[in-house]
Amino acid sequence: MSPVIKKKGERFTLPSKYLLLILTVLCTLMMLITFGTDTFNRPLNVVVGKVIVPFQQGIGKMGGWLSKRSDELEQIRNLLDENARLKEQIAVLTEENILLQQDKYELNNLRQLMELNEQYEEYKKVGARIIARDSGNWYSSFIVDKGSNQGIEADMNVIAGGGLVGRVTAVGPNWARVTSIISDNSNVSGMTISTGNNLIVSGDLQLMSQGNIRFGQLVDSKNLVAEGDKIVTSNISDKYLPNLLIGYISSIDRDSNNLTKSGLITPAVDFEHLEEVLIITDRKQSIDE
Amino acid sequence: MLRKIVVTLFVIVCFILQCSVFGNFAFAGIIPNLMIILTASFGFMRGENDGLIIGFFCGLLNDIFFGSVLGFYALLMMYIGFLNGKFSRIFYPEDIKLPIALIITSDLSYGILCYILLFMLQGKFQFGYYFLHVILPEALYTIVVTMFLYPLILKVNEKMETGE
Repeated sequence: MSPVIKKKGERFTLPSKYLLLILTVLCTLMMLITFGTDTFNRPLNVVVGKVIVPFQQGIGKMGGWLSKRSDELEQIRNLLDENARLKEQIAVLTEENILLQQDKYELNNLRQLMELNEQYEEYKKVGARIIARDSGNWYSSFIVDKGSNQGIEADMNVIAGGGLVGRVTAVGPNWARVTSIISDNSNVSGMTISTGNNLIVSGDLQLMSQGNIRFGQLVDSKNLVAEGDKIVTSNISDKYLPNLLIGYISSIDRDSNNLTKSGLITPAVDFEHLEEVLIITDRKQSIDE
Repeated sequence: MLRKIVVTLFVIVCFILQCSVFGNFAFAGIIPNLMIILTASFGFMRGENDGLIIGFFCGLLNDIFFGSVLGFYALLMMYIGFLNGKFSRIFYPEDIKLPIALIITSDLSYGILCYILLFMLQGKFQFGYYFLHVILPEALYTIVVTMFLYPLILKVNEKMETGE
């Protein structure tokens, strides 16, 4: 435990045990302070945003370019085949579209009659590209290339492909961290769309590899909820906007307390192959004005 | 000064690789831990002081981007670097067994500590599952990457030591 001995030119160096002690105290202090506030995060986020994020963006772009080229080669063969199929589909869809437009006209009329407000509000969205994934194997989060400069704030909801991905948990000037709903430290308040029963959707590391998420605390005394039911974010959640699709129930069991039910949900989003996401810039708190 | 720049570059490049490129090389959703390789190898090559400082910054980088509180990974990595520095006295560049043993031990203990502090305290007691599906695969994958990364680190370190 002697001070570090240099080969030549003795300079003053702090013995490592003191350095260790100082840094330990520093870390503990930072943990205590950042547990409740984000005092240090802001300057640090700015610094790493300047140094690291440009590289990540570059690598992300290069990876995207490479995978696009390889995809293109693969796709050309499929495209000819697909083209023929799509032309048939267009014919079918055009007809369907006409029918739907008639329905929509009717629906609008009915809505006016019922004086219904638009239930599904049009949220403002910003597209963002994923530039880095979690460096550990315990949680599932990723970094996107939009930050506070583009108007992103913490707790904004993130969607992709029509389903809920997660929410923003940290923001830098040109990056933001999104914690996904399959992550072990994530809980979302959801509800079944058919019956309006509330439940809690929580990510689980054990199920993450299978692509499932767990739900629990579903009160369903009349046994109305069944497998295949659609789960959306509930309107009592304080972080998530209502009616964002989470997924579909794939299995359901009665808990041992005989009051609540729990089971598994297949998420609507393919978390393994996410590349771009949409960040909803409306936040839950700011909506009720 | 040159050493500081080179080490900083190493840390940044490894961090960027770990969270971008290696995400595509993941086996069964598991990515290797380059930061452990860096921290441990600079620890036993350069001694306690360097080990703990490099560990601290590797962890801090992880904290800023992915941690829920600042300082958690920094603390963990710092102690790993420090303890690896204890072995600098019996380290010889020709010997590959000690580095491999130290890196695998570091990664296993890092995984187990993460499990205890992040999961067991939340009441998730299925240690067997987490060990077999996260901790052990990560350690093995890390060792595979070590085979390529460690000689590079060793060579760069030797170059710089002769230059000093």
